[in-house]
Amino acid sequence: MRQTYRRELLSGWGRAAPSVATVARPRHGSEIAGLISPGAAVPGARIARGLGRSYGDAAQCAGGLVLDCTHLDSVIELDEGSGTLRCEAGASFDALLKLLVPRGYFLPVTPGTRFVTVGGAIASDVHGKNHHVDGSLGAHVDELVLVAPTGSITCGPGRESDVFAGTCGGMGLTGVISEATMRLIPIESSRMLVDTERAEDLDSCMALLSEERERFRYSVAWLDALASGRRLGRAVVTRGDHARVADLPSREQRDPLAYGPRAPIAVPMAPPVSLLNHPSISAFNEMWFRKSPRRRTGHLEQIPGFFHPLDGLGGWNLLYGPRGFTQYQFVVPFGAESVVKTVLERLSKARVASFLAVLKCFGPQGSGYLSFPSEGWTLALDIPLGSRDLVALLDSLDLIVAEAGGRIYLSKDSRLRPELLKVMYPRLSEWAALRDRLDPAGLLSSDLSRRLGLCGSDKAAA
Amino acid sequence: MIDATGMPQSAVVIGGGSDIARETLRLLASRRLKSVLLAGRDQHRLEGVAAELAALGVTTTATTYLDVTRIGDLEKFADDAAALLGRIDLVLVAAGDLGTAELGELDAPRSAAMLEANFVGPAAATVALARVLRIQGAGRIVILSSVAGVRVRRANFVYGSAKAGLDGFGLGLADALEGSGVEVMVVRPGFVRTRMTAGLDPAPLAVDAPEVAEAIVRGLETGATVVWVPAALRAVFAVMRLLPRSLWRRIPG
Repeated sequence: MRQTYRRELLSGWGRAAPSVATVARPRHGSEIAGLISPGAAVPGARIARGLGRSYGDAAQCAGGLVLDCTHLDSVIELDEGSGTLRCEAGASFDALLKLLVPRGYFLPVTPGTRFVTVGGAIASDVHGKNHHVDGSLGAHVDELVLVAPTGSITCGPGRESDVFAGTCGGMGLTGVISEATMRLIPIESSRMLVDTERAEDLDSCMALLSEERERFRYSVAWLDALASGRRLGRAVVTRGDHARVADLPSREQRDPLAYGPRAPIAVPMAPPVSLLNHPSISAFNEMWFRKSPRRRTGHLEQIPGFFHPLDGLGGWNLLYGPRGFTQYQFVVPFGAESVVKTVLERLSKARVASFLAVLKCFGPQGSGYLSFPSEGWTLALDIPLGSRDLVALLDSLDLIVAEAGGRIYLSKDSRLRPELLKVMYPRLSEWAALRDRLDPAGLLSSDLSRRLGLCGSDKAAA
Repeated sequence: MIDATGMPQSAVVIGGGSDIARETLRLLASRRLKSVLLAGRDQHRLEGVAAELAALGVTTTATTYLDVTRIGDLEKFADDAAALLGRIDLVLVAAGDLGTAELGELDAPRSAAMLEANFVGPAAATVALARVLRIQGAGRIVILSSVAGVRVRRANFVYGSAKAGLDGFGLGLADALEGSGVEVMVVRPGFVRTRMTAGLDPAPLAVDAPEVAEAIVRGLETGATVVWVPAALRAVFAVMRLLPRSLWRRIPG
């Protein structure tokens, strides 16, 4: 079959540092091997791409070949008895939720957007608001098929477990994930039973998140990152779980699993300058904080509102204007609470405006060599790019995070200093050895891997 | 790769011995710069800059003789640079020669040589490197223009007209490269106190090379297409452009 490939300008969700690559859109899983093998028709480096929700340059490959896998989206098998789903890796969480929720199942882990693919989510080893209880996505994957340049491998926690550990969180650099089998969680209803509470400062916010952690399956805090002084770290904490049928009002009990997420309202175009600046974000944060109840328990919410509030506004990343934005997300171990405070203080002092900062507790680390989540506190902040001296500020924060034994999330990163990578990811050399075995010719690479010198072949180039 | 804050990891510099190039590279070395190729005519100067950058943590430093007016050498130079660095994140075009504007001293060969050194050569070298960057699918080109080219003055009209050409070339190239992953930035300094201008009386709003370097790095950070140094010159020249010629030609220096 003849395919025509086009060169396209690609960027991550943060819309910074775009690059041009040839884009192939395989229609069948069997095409992947031909596209990434050493004898492929298009020369150069290659990387898989899903829905482009990584904030940085993980799914870009300047001058090379990008495999847009979003057409490989078939459900292969849904076993409603055991609650397992086998599907192609290009399937989106959005499509899967529409299939699963009415059948009484939910994805085991869902990140802040449902517009991600299964393959991308595994390659990022995504976490959700339930990490402290359920771990990251990799913990719920029974098996996956990885198409590496050296051949296809079926792997899982009990089979080729090192390939599995290198692929969960491996940023697509061990091969292209073509399909995966996940264990689902059963739900009685499509609603969430939620407690909302305002915290006046960081200490009380952290106390709310950590106390009785196990009692709430899902918990997260939205922080007003512009608040300073006594109000530093003031937050709205939401905690909840899937509602049972008995929790619903009687008229809704007849169809407890009804699920119909509204189609997003789209931002029509990128404004010439960022609309998200210090005054607008400050006003928004104030409003958000004030409109939240001081304390409300047992409130019912829909899945999209609870898990994916920003998905209601399609293309919200355009609001940051032509320079785009980055998300600074780090984790530090328990005991290093002061790092969270210092980061908030420095950003607040530098008047860096962050829209929706998110704080949560992580549970124990999973098996992925490059997996981001590890036990402790994670803070994520969206930061507009293009302001003066941002480089030096973020570099200084990296050092504090690294010194505390923490790390930066590669799926969000677009600017980390390469030298810090091995400090933040102590299992990097194990991962690199595995990678070299799966891809001895160094065919797989991304703008992210080149920028950070992640792969052996990248170091030579960088 | 260039990161989201616009910072390059590798650079090719044409006119790598110039004061502005040196100061810019020093700043970039404190950020992400790891490999650099310095090209120019003064091998001694190039090696001095290379040694300093190595001391600042740049792991690959190379120098090469390049005369941009030898047009036949330029395509090979671009290919060699790509082979040496692997990827070229930043191209900094900082070659130039003030020359003379005294009518008594000018003749056809001298004026042609000045136009070649300040316009034809730098533009042709940029085209050769832009070809490499387009294939890479990413990169940034920074061209040192001058306010001398914004409105050409009698005091340096040959140099100024060459810069006017280079400035227009840069802006046109920026538009031509739209969507290619390659971005172009045109830098318009006023009077810069450097070796090139030594012995001349500084014009108002004169700056030193480090200020130009800072403006270049800030321009990379903010994704600017045109950078004025100092920034106030933008407003000054908005007025200067409108002056009647009878007044304009009386501006000294």
